[in-house]
Amino acid sequence: MANELQRSAGPRYTLDRITAVPAIIGDHKDFLFIAGLAGTAKDLASLTEDGPHCYALAGAMGAAVMMGLGLALARPDKKVLVATGDGELLMNVGALATVGILNPKNLSILCVDNGHYGETGYQKSHTCLGVDLEQMAIGAGIRSTCSVEKPGDIAAGARMLRHSPGCCFVLLRVKPTDGPKLKRLMNPADARLRFRLGTLGHA
Amino acid sequence: MAELQTEDKHAKEIFTGWQNELYEALRRHGVDQFSYVPDAGHRICIDRSIADEDVHSVALTTEEEGVALACGAHLGGKRAVLLMQSSGLGNCINLLSMVKGGRFPFLTILSMRGDFGEGNPWQMAMGQATRPVLGAMDFIILEVTRPEDVAPTIDAAADMVWKSGQAVAVLLTQKLIGAKAF
Repeated sequence: MANELQRSAGPRYTLDRITAVPAIIGDHKDFLFIAGLAGTAKDLASLTEDGPHCYALAGAMGAAVMMGLGLALARPDKKVLVATGDGELLMNVGALATVGILNPKNLSILCVDNGHYGETGYQKSHTCLGVDLEQMAIGAGIRSTCSVEKPGDIAAGARMLRHSPGCCFVLLRVKPTDGPKLKRLMNPADARLRFRLGTLGHA
Repeated sequence: MAELQTEDKHAKEIFTGWQNELYEALRRHGVDQFSYVPDAGHRICIDRSIADEDVHSVALTTEEEGVALACGAHLGGKRAVLLMQSSGLGNCINLLSMVKGGRFPFLTILSMRGDFGEGNPWQMAMGQATRPVLGAMDFIILEVTRPEDVAPTIDAAADMVWKSGQAVAVLLTQKLIGAKAF
């Protein structure tokens, strides 16, 4: 039986991911990206024009943050940005603890939190019902965190993603609407080769 | 495991000997990201990765994190290994779809439970499911039963992974590590 909280409407946020995600990331060429499934994969494919420096998931839900950690440890010369949704992050939220104890300074995590599972029909996620992923990141030991909920917060979030002294976690709260429509490379093996050719210069 | 139930000095020397050889073989092949959930069978390898200034030692909250870590390391041109108990494989299954679908080179070393001489009934199901699950996800399985075969098997596995692009699981069997007493 569902309780009152599960039936409640949840908070209403006003930022639109179509404009807020590009605004908070800025020049995409400054980063290597790992993108979560669905929403953030489309956000990043649109921003980078499906570029080789973005590896976007369409399965293996819960992998994004740890994939970003492996990449960040392997490429200390680059800034790695993981952009993922609330549902993808919740599936493996312990990864924040793994990242927290290592505190890699070239890893930034952007959680685009729309409070819903957009891909499966906009069912409410836990974050719509009181779960605060920024507080979970703080509890996991990530020292630089912030929540971005209105246009005036974006500049501070953008600064943190680029300039935090250690690993950072930025929670971008957006309304539950679709991201950009875009065809992107869906074959994970082709995307792997494309990423390595484009960012390492060899397969 | 074996070291916990024996006062036999010679047996202890053999146990620490092959574990040290295992770590050194991985380093020789350029592995510099070691991920793990704490495990007695991998204790020396884990401790050496923590002490080694030249590698990243990544303690995981669940084994599936190590699958994603290794794939991320490969995207960045580096080599990773996931050290786990066979029970941890069960936590990894859906993330192994990235290894299979993405054809990522991938090396994992499993200390077996739920197999030869197991005395804990809770370990049996996943132990017996380990080989079928690895097979279903297209892993090549290399089993080790003798201490002298540990380092050569790591050599073989490393070439199959990073020269031939395969996913390989090395099983440290209970004939090698012993069955924990209950």
